Amino acid sequence: MSINIQMPALSPTMEEGTLTAWMVKEGDTVKSGDVLAEIETDKATMEIESIDEGVVGKILVAEGAQNVAVGTVILQLLEDGEGADDLSAPAATLLTPSPPAGMQAQDGVHNEGGKMDPVLQRDERDKRYDRVSPPVQSTPVEMDIPAGTEMHETSIRDALRDAMAEEMRRDETVFVMGEEVAEYQGAYKVTRELLQEFGAKRVIDTPITEHGFAGIGVGAAMGGLKPIVEFMTWNFAMQAIDHIINSAAKTLYMSGGQMRCPIVFRGPNGAASRVGAQHSHDYSSWYANVPGLKVVAPYDAADAKGLLKSAIRDPNPIVFLEHEMMYGEIMDVPEMDDYLVPIGKALVRRVGTDVTITAHSRMVGRALEAADILAGEGISAEIIDLRTLRPLDSNTIIQSVKKTNRIVCAEEGWGQSGIGAEIATRVMEQAFDYLDAPPARVFQKDVPLPYAGNLEALSLPNAQDVVNAVKEVCYED
Amino acid sequence: MANIGKTTKKELLQLYREMLLIRRFEEKAGQLYGMGLIAGFCHLYIGQEAVVTGVNASLKDGDQMITSYRDHGHMLALGMDASGVMAELTGRSGGYSKGKGGSMHMFSVEKNFYGGHGIVGAQVPIGAGLGLANKYLENGKISTVFFGDGAANQGQVYETLNMAQLWKLPTLFIIENNQYAMGTSIARSTAQKDLYKRGLSFGVKGVQVDGMDVLAVRDATKKAARHARSGKGPMILEMMTYRYRGHSMSDPAKYRTREEVSEMRDEHDPIDMVKNRLLKEEWADLNALKAIDKDIKSIVGDAVEFAKTSPEPDPSELYTDVLLEVDL
Repeated sequence: MSINIQMPALSPTMEEGTLTAWMVKEGDTVKSGDVLAEIETDKATMEIESIDEGVVGKILVAEGAQNVAVGTVILQLLEDGEGADDLSAPAATLLTPSPPAGMQAQDGVHNEGGKMDPVLQRDERDKRYDRVSPPVQSTPVEMDIPAGTEMHETSIRDALRDAMAEEMRRDETVFVMGEEVAEYQGAYKVTRELLQEFGAKRVIDTPITEHGFAGIGVGAAMGGLKPIVEFMTWNFAMQAIDHIINSAAKTLYMSGGQMRCPIVFRGPNGAASRVGAQHSHDYSSWYANVPGLKVVAPYDAADAKGLLKSAIRDPNPIVFLEHEMMYGEIMDVPEMDDYLVPIGKALVRRVGTDVTITAHSRMVGRALEAADILAGEGISAEIIDLRTLRPLDSNTIIQSVKKTNRIVCAEEGWGQSGIGAEIATRVMEQAFDYLDAPPARVFQKDVPLPYAGNLEALSLPNAQDVVNAVKEVCYED
Repeated sequence: MANIGKTTKKELLQLYREMLLIRRFEEKAGQLYGMGLIAGFCHLYIGQEAVVTGVNASLKDGDQMITSYRDHGHMLALGMDASGVMAELTGRSGGYSKGKGGSMHMFSVEKNFYGGHGIVGAQVPIGAGLGLANKYLENGKISTVFFGDGAANQGQVYETLNMAQLWKLPTLFIIENNQYAMGTSIARSTAQKDLYKRGLSFGVKGVQVDGMDVLAVRDATKKAARHARSGKGPMILEMMTYRYRGHSMSDPAKYRTREEVSEMRDEHDPIDMVKNRLLKEEWADLNALKAIDKDIKSIVGDAVEFAKTSPEPDPSELYTDVLLEVDL
C-alpha cells in the first residue's frame, strides 16, 4: 500500500494553501523528518516533513499550485519493495475536522447556529452560577451553638490564630508559610506562638518572594500537604496571582478531576489606614470571579475562626480575605471543641422588613451602624453578612428581597464589576417582580485610595452612605 | 560515537525503544494536527528525546516529574498510556484529563506526573513545592523539574532556586536548553549563556550535559539525584539539546537555517546515536531494529485509533471537576 500524503492544516483556521515548492522529486528516497515541500498558509510559509520512510512515487499537485484544499492528496509515497505500479488512484479524502475550541461560541452556551444547545438549555439559568452548579457540595448544616455554651471574648487576630493552631494539632500535614510568620510571630501577630508550639518545620518563614512561595505552596499541596500561605497583605499577592488562579484554581478541572490542590491563601485585604493606594486594594471581586476557587471574607471573630477551620479542611483552593483594621476587635467566640462554620452560607445578622442590605467583611459593621440609625427613623433593615463570596449564597439574599422588596448592596471595594453589581444582577434576574425600587449600591469612590486623611475618608463608604442609599430605594428624602 | 557510557544490551535496547516511542508518537501528533484532529497548541518534543529518557532511567519509583507545555515525551517516559495521551490531544473523553486539559495539561497521580503547565516557568516553584512535601513527609522521593532556556529567564525561577537551596529541598532543576525560546535564540535572550551557572549565586551546583546523549544524561542525573536524595539540596542540570520542529505546530521556524537543523539531525540525533551503538556492539541487527520499529508503530497506531474513536466528553462533563465535594 502506498502512503498518501495530504495537504496539512498548519493552523486552526487554515482551509487551503499554496504549494510553493517541492523539496523532493519522484524517485527520491525519503526518511522520517525529511522536508517534502514548502507550503504557504494564511499566516506563514511552512515546511511539510515526512513522517514515513519510502520512495517518492508520484507528485500529484504541481509546484506553485494555489488554493490547494486541506486534505487533498499531494504526494504518494512508496513503501519498502513497492514500485510505481502499486500506486492506486487516491480516494477523495474529505477531512471534516471539528472546529478548534477557540472558534466555537465563546461562552460555551450557544452553538454555531446561535441556538441554545438543548443539553445546556435545561436549567441554564441556574447552572450559570457557581451556587447551584453540580460540583458544589451540599452545604453542611451550620453547627448550632448549643444553649448554654460559654462565649469567650477574643480578638479576631486570636480567633484566626486559634483556628490554625487547632487544625495543625488535628492534622500533621497542615503547615503555615509566609513572610515573618515564624520568628517575628506574624507581621500582624496572627501567627503568634505557632512557631513555639509547632516548630520551624511547620511554621516556615519565607523570603520576600510572593510569586515563588505561592508556587511552592501549590506544589506542596499537590504533593500531599495542606499549606496555609499567608500574604502579609493581599496587595502583595498580585505578584502571586498567577499561581492562585492558573496553578491552583484551574488544575482540578484541567486534570479531569485527578490533581487536587488543598491550600488556603490568607491575609489582610482592602483599605487599612493612611497607607496609600498600593496597600489598600480590595480584591473581593477579583477572586470571586474565578471558578475553581472558594472565596471567604468573614466579619466577626466567631466566623473568622469557624470559617478558617472549614477552609483548612476543605479539599479545594481557598482565598481567605481578612481585614487589617479589624484584627484587634474583641468579639465573642463560642467555647467549643470544634467550632466550624460552613463555607457558602450567608448569615442574616439583623432581621428587618423594609430593606435588605448585603455586605461582607468590615462593611458589615457599617451596615449594622446604618441599621441603628435607620431604626431611629422608622426604617427596618435586614442585614445579610455574605461571609462567602464564592460560592455566593444567593438564596438567602433572594428570600430576603422577596420579603423586603428593596436591596442595597454595600462593599468597600470599587463598584464596577464588583460584588454589589453581581448581587444586583442576580436579584433582578431572580426576584425582579418583587422589587419596589431599582437595587442600589454603595462602594468606594472610583479612584485609587488617597493618602491624605480627609480624602481617604471621602473615598471609603461609611454608615451614612448606606443610610442614604437605603433612603433612596425607600423613596424617602 | 561521542559517548563512552557503560551500558548493557538490555538497557540500551530499552532506552532505544523509549526514545523511539516518543519520536513516533510526536510525528503522528504532528500529522493529526495537520489533519485538524488536534486543535489549539501542540508542542512537539522531537529531537529532545534523550533528555527525559535519560533522566527517567536514573529515577526511582515514586520520584516525581513536572514540566512545561512540551510534555508528551515526559508522560510517555513515565509509562503513561500512549492512547490516553493521544486522546487528550484530540480532546476526547478517553484522554488523561477527559478532554478538558489538552496537549499542555495532563497529570497522572499514579505515575507521579504533575503536569503539563502552560505558563512559562510556573512549574518551577510548583516542582520545588513537591520537593518540600517530600522532605516534610520524609518519603525519600525527589522531584524533577523540567524547563527550557526560555523559562530560565523568568524571575520565579530564581525565587525558587533561593528557597530550594535555603531549605535543602530534594529537587533537580533540569534545563532543557534547546537553544530557542520560541523564536528567540539564546544569544538574543540571555546575557550569560551558561545556564548551568544560574544557581551559583544561591549556592546551587550545576553541570552542563550533552542532552543528545542518553547515557550522558543518565549518568549526570544519577549523580545529581544522589546529591538531592542525600539531603544536600537541589542541583541544576543543563541539558544541551535541540528541537527539530517549530516551537509549536503553528511556528514555521524561520529564525534558523535549514542547514542548522539538518546538521543536528544528521550528526547528533539521539536515537541514531543509540542505534549505531546497538549495531556496533552487535546487540541488535537491522532486522531486530526494524521489528522494534514495527512494534512501536503499532502502539502509536493503536493510540491514534483510540484517539479518533474515543467519544467527545459528555456535555454533562462541562460542570464537573470544578470543585471537590467537602467531607469535613
